Amino acid sequence: MSSSQTRLTAAGFTSQVATVARKDLEIEARTGVAVGRMVPFAGILVVLFAIALDPDSGLLPRLAPGLFWIAVLLSALMAVARSFAIEREHRAGEALIAAGLDPAAMFLGKSSAIAVELLALELLVGATMVVLYDVSRPGAAIVVACLLLASAGIACAGTLYGALTMTDEGRDNLLAVLLLPALVPLMVAATRAFEIAVDVGTGTARTWIGLLGVFAAVYASLGSLAFASLVEET
Amino acid sequence: MNTSGVIRSALSVVVVVSMATLALMGLVVAPPDRFQGDAQRLMYLHVPAAWVAYLAFATTSLMSALYLWRRTRRRRWDRLAAASAELGVLFTALTLALGSLWGRPVWGVWWTWDARLITTTVLLFLYVGYLAIRRIPASDEVRGRRNAIAALVAFVDVPVVHFSVVWWRTLHQQATVVTPELDPQIEGAMAAALLVGVVAFTALFVRLLWARYELAAHVDHLEADVVADAVRRRRATATDAVLQEVSA
Repeated sequence: MSSSQTRLTAAGFTSQVATVARKDLEIEARTGVAVGRMVPFAGILVVLFAIALDPDSGLLPRLAPGLFWIAVLLSALMAVARSFAIEREHRAGEALIAAGLDPAAMFLGKSSAIAVELLALELLVGATMVVLYDVSRPGAAIVVACLLLASAGIACAGTLYGALTMTDEGRDNLLAVLLLPALVPLMVAATRAFEIAVDVGTGTARTWIGLLGVFAAVYASLGSLAFASLVEET
Repeated sequence: MNTSGVIRSALSVVVVVSMATLALMGLVVAPPDRFQGDAQRLMYLHVPAAWVAYLAFATTSLMSALYLWRRTRRRRWDRLAAASAELGVLFTALTLALGSLWGRPVWGVWWTWDARLITTTVLLFLYVGYLAIRRIPASDEVRGRRNAIAALVAFVDVPVVHFSVVWWRTLHQQATVVTPELDPQIEGAMAAALLVGVVAFTALFVRLLWARYELAAHVDHLEADVVADAVRRRRATATDAVLQEVSA
C-alpha cells in the first residue's frame, strides 16, 4: 500500500516500531495521563464489583477471573483513547506518516506501547484482587502466558478500532461500542484460562492460551495491513 | 417501463407470491412436528431469516473488498455494502427474536447462553458498530475506505468469535438439513416449506437491497445537487457584489 516509500529492511522496520513505542511510553512517563486515569478507574471497579456481589457471599474468588478481565478491557479503552489523542495533538501522527514512517510500524509501535501499559495495569489489578478478593495464588506459567498474549491482543484490536473511530472529532465513545464486541473471543479465552489458573475452572489452559495467540496474531496482521489505508491522506 | 423497472416489478411479484406460498406451506400443508408441535412452524421463518442475515453480511464483505481494491473502486460498492449491512442487522435481530419465541415452548426458556446464540448476538453488535462507523463524517474517499476496512475486520472476527464460544459451550440444535453426511433428517412437506421460505426470504432480501441502494443513490445525488446549488448561488451573489463595487 505504501508504494511511494522505499522498501524497509527488517531491521529498519523493527527500529521504527521500537521508536514509536518508546515515544508513546516516554510521553506517558512524563505526563502520566493514561496511568492517572486507568489506575483509579480500575481500582474503583474492583471495589464496585465487591459491593455489587457482596464480599460475604463467597462469590468473589470464583468470579475474580471474569471481573479481572472486565476491569482490564474497560481500562484499555482509556489507554487507546489516550494513544490516539497524542497523535491528534498538533497533528503529530500525520507528521510522522508524512516524514516517511511505515504505517504498519506505527501500528505495531503504538500497539506495543499500549500492551506495556496494560501489562503494568494488569499486574496491579491482579495483585489487588488476590489480596482483596481472597483469590488463591494462581499458577505462574498460565498467568504469564495469558497476560502477555491477552495484552497484545487487546492492544492490537484496540489500535485498529482506535484508528477506525478516532477521527478529528475525537469520537472516543464509539470505540467502546466497537471494540468490546470484537474482544469477546479474547474475554472468553482469557477468563477460562484464568479460572484454570486459580483452580475454579475445568479443562486445560493450553487451548485457551492458543486461542489468545491466534487472536493477537489475527489483529496484528489485520492492523498492519489496514493501517496504511486508515492514516494516509486523511 | 425500462428493463430494470420490469425486473424490479417482476421481483416484487416473486416476493409476494413466494411469501403467500410460504404461509400456505408452513401453516397448512406441512404437518406439526411430532415433538415440538406447532411451535416448530416458526422454523420456516427463523431458518430463512438466518440464511438471509449471513447472505447480507457476506454481500457486505464482498462489496467492501471490491471497494477496497483500487481497480474496482466504485461508489456503488460502498452503497451496496451499507444497504446490505442494514438488512443484515435487521434479519439478525429477526432471527434472534424468532428463535427466542420458539425457544420458550421448546427449550422452556426465552434465552440460553448457547454458543450459536452468543455468536449471533456478537455478530449483531459488530455490524451495528459498523453502521455507527459509517456515520462518522469525513470526505467520501476517506469514509469509503474506512467503511470497507471496518466491514472486513468485522467479517474476520466472526469465525474467531464462533470458535471461541463453541469451545466454551454448546446446546443449540445441531444442523438438521446440512449434516456432514448430507442426509437431510426432515420430512418431505417440511423440507418443501423450508425451501420455499429460503426462496421467499432471498427474493425479499434482493428487493429490499435494491430499494435501499436506490434510496442511498438518490440521497447522495440530492446532497451533491444541494451543494452545487449553494455554490452557484454564492458565486452569483459574489459576482453581483463585485459588479456593484465596480459600478460604484
